[in-house]
Amino acid sequence: MRLITHNMLSSNIKGVVNGFPLRIEAEKVVEKTMEMNSEFLEKMFEKVDWKAFVDASRAMGYTELPEEANSSMLDSDEFLNRFHHALLELDLEEGALVCPETGRRFPVSKGIPNMLLHEDEV
Amino acid sequence: MASRPEVIAPPEIFYDDAEARKYTSSSRIVQIQATLSERALELLALPDDGVPKLLLDIGCGSGLSGETISENGHHWIGLDISASMLNVAVEREVEGDLLLGDMGQGIGIRPGVMDGAISISAVQWLCNADKSSHNPRLRLKAFFTSLYKCLSNGARAVFQVYPENIDQRELILNAAMHAGFAGGIVVDFPHSSKKRKEFLVLTCGQCSVNASISKGKNEDGESCSDDDSEDEENQTVCISDRHRPRKKQKNNKVGKGKEWLLRKKEQMRRRGNVVPPNTKYTGRKRKDRF
Repeated sequence: MRLITHNMLSSNIKGVVNGFPLRIEAEKVVEKTMEMNSEFLEKMFEKVDWKAFVDASRAMGYTELPEEANSSMLDSDEFLNRFHHALLELDLEEGALVCPETGRRFPVSKGIPNMLLHEDEV
Repeated sequence: MASRPEVIAPPEIFYDDAEARKYTSSSRIVQIQATLSERALELLALPDDGVPKLLLDIGCGSGLSGETISENGHHWIGLDISASMLNVAVEREVEGDLLLGDMGQGIGIRPGVMDGAISISAVQWLCNADKSSHNPRLRLKAFFTSLYKCLSNGARAVFQVYPENIDQRELILNAAMHAGFAGGIVVDFPHSSKKRKEFLVLTCGQCSVNASISKGKNEDGESCSDDDSEDEENQTVCISDRHRPRKKQKNNKVGKGKEWLLRKKEQMRRRGNVVPPNTKYTGRKRKDRF
């Protein structure tokens, strides 16, 4: 699972008001190279929740993103490269996602988070 | 009638390792899935500005439909309930991210981030109650409301569905409308029983701004507008037939006459049947106002 997906994902357990962002417990992170598309990155920049994104990238062991970001930084190639790398190339292979409110763990195996809920959580 | 996987077992059990492999190694299924996804993407009517979009693939399975999305240059997130299918997808190294989840439990995605959603042959599974805790109505509601939330304004969702009967189609469509979607069903090849494919085209938010007319395909490749295919702007379904005042039907029949009737009565009496006696009223016409 890449961070682009993590940034869109929230826990939908019944009764949870703010299930975003899910905390990452990383065990194994892999990197996959991908072609960069600056237009897509610019569009995604508006959608990404930056704070959650930076926290998630730190949890994955990537610390080169700035705490704060604004759209003027998109002009710099260096920033775009880092943003692209963190958003689309880091891949959580094994680990878990933890719901911030209930502490429920969603295990991630082979890169697939198991978001299935138990019957009493629906 | 061809057997429906929906009636055999729940999806997470039906699509086990063997079935998942079979599904993806059959070139026929692969080709059908590719055509369907291509058509669904076409109906999604994404703006043609060359910028990749982030799409949601519901019931992505082994990523056959996702491959079509990748080929068109978009990013996607796939959701499926069958772990075996997702494992095949991982082996095939699909480009999108995969989630193991049940669409009937709602889609756990942040509001307003998705540019569109497609689903190939999946939504009809929601009409089944596979566990005692399942209620198709509630599951459809959870699915459509959470989907409506995660789509951005003006985004479309296209579902290719195989409803088992009219009631199922109605159930799915009603759930979608209740969640706030506008749209309707587009039928491709409506006159062929095998090639017939139904697509549920839903728009969320401001739909009528740039709604283009989606039309079903015909055998000749021409587009044809079917009774079932509705435009977003034209959402009123025609149900007026029942309530329209009927034309008074004129009765031009002359009738067979008194002589004929008396003859018939006599004939019946000879046969021993109970026949009312002949009176001055026999064979008379009723008054108009009766």
